[in-house]
Amino acid sequence: MLCGESKRRRCAINEIWEGLKQAALLLWHLDPEVMHIVGVSLRVSGTALLFSAAIGIPLGAWLGFSRFVGRRLVVALLYTGMGFPPVVVGLFVYLLLSQSGPLGSLNVAWVPRLFTVGAMVVAQVIISFPLVAGFTMAAVKGVDPSLRQQLISLGATEWQATLAVLREARFGVIVSVIAGFGSIISEVGAVMLVGGNIEGSTRVLTTAIVLETRRGNFSLAIALALILLLLSFLSNILMLRLQGKTA
Amino acid sequence: MTRRLALVLAVVLSLAGCAAPTSAPQKLILATTTSTADSGLLDFLLPDFEAKYNCDVQIIAVGTGQALAIGAKGDADVVLVHDPDKEAAFVASGDGVNRQHVMYNDFILVGPVSDPAGVRGSATAAEAFARIAQAKAPFASRGDGSGTETKEKAIWQAAGIVPDPRSGWYFSLGQGMGDTLLFASEKGAYTLADRGTYLSMRDKLSLAILLGGDTLDQNPDPALRNPYGVVAVNPAKHPNVRYDLAMKFIEWLTSVETQQRILQFTVGGQPLFYPDSAAWKAR
Repeated sequence: MLCGESKRRRCAINEIWEGLKQAALLLWHLDPEVMHIVGVSLRVSGTALLFSAAIGIPLGAWLGFSRFVGRRLVVALLYTGMGFPPVVVGLFVYLLLSQSGPLGSLNVAWVPRLFTVGAMVVAQVIISFPLVAGFTMAAVKGVDPSLRQQLISLGATEWQATLAVLREARFGVIVSVIAGFGSIISEVGAVMLVGGNIEGSTRVLTTAIVLETRRGNFSLAIALALILLLLSFLSNILMLRLQGKTA
Repeated sequence: MTRRLALVLAVVLSLAGCAAPTSAPQKLILATTTSTADSGLLDFLLPDFEAKYNCDVQIIAVGTGQALAIGAKGDADVVLVHDPDKEAAFVASGDGVNRQHVMYNDFILVGPVSDPAGVRGSATAAEAFARIAQAKAPFASRGDGSGTETKEKAIWQAAGIVPDPRSGWYFSLGQGMGDTLLFASEKGAYTLADRGTYLSMRDKLSLAILLGGDTLDQNPDPALRNPYGVVAVNPAKHPNVRYDLAMKFIEWLTSVETQQRILQFTVGGQPLFYPDSAAWKAR
């Protein structure tokens, strides 16, 4: 169907309506290709989140508790990391992991190759761990500082006191993880660069939306966009429910 | 509460568990142009190769310049592109070996049906480009270092014009062919396109072919021919590439059987690509 100059607005409305209808159909039939793309998105971002929680929560807790020379510099670097353009992270990871790059040329098993899900996970960890660390730090600092002192004076070890404070700040810590998830599930530039948008392998929701828009398949692009919106909506619902239970 | 945290952790862990690679077949990374991937040609041809050699061909679809750059860093095993000069330079620098002709199609000049610059009836692309520049009619350039952009630049040179991106009528987009066609359609601009991508997207565009005719045989300007070549990445320079499989791929792609299949890939009754390998011509 050719959109004439005069009918363009009507066509655009049809396009959106068709997109909504097709999105409903694709979801209803659990279209295997769409489900695969959703699966890759969740796997990549879920794995990345696991790593960034493992790095970010201890780092955030440590920065929240301790006083040392240069702490301000570390915090400033962390805040810079929270606002770091993801596509720049993508560029650096690309150059590092390339077969001609410093890590890729080592050719060892623990360095993921470019254009694999492993490379995408590396990029997403770097993008999300400063967020997790930053929000965790804020949450830990929000806990009454006398709690920690009291616990230690009552005979708790340093480690036990830290865990108790983290438990007290659990809501903020979970929010930090969900914020990290939000930042990477919707990211496109870095995963496009280091993943290569390979069908059936490294194609995720965001890169698929770019590709289908480029091909002029607006209906499919809208369908994928709705799924992406649904995912971030669900993660926010989860966050609010947790807030309700713990507050 | 601890149980709830454990639940969250379990979900995350199970997601991570799924990330373990499941594919057994060998991988071949093919860096190619958006035209071969977006037109659907590779989806049509590749299952045969993948079944024959139990492998998984992973397609990175970018512009010719970027595809060759990926190959030159050793991050792809084989490249399929359309820019004879850049292909030759890729081999000359030692990054590529065993360059072969694969197929060709042609470029066409598309633009708004109303044709504000009056390019219809031009004998050559250079003449049509000169009229566009004269009328300062909007023109969309790929601007992404692709083979199509190289061709476009050569035509401007033949017309004796240096288009200025700040002039207000020449738009250098830095995008793929599909994006550029959509932009031209929205903006009422002219653009140089490969016929394959244009035909596969024709229904979504309000653009007409203004130079190049309805089929490749009717294209009046021989300068608009668009040859595709395949090159293996040199294992002497990039030891980690899967050279053996890349060579099998090249042999398969240029074989008479696959060449015949290229001719069978049609949109609206006409082939998008025409076979051109040495084996095909000698059959």
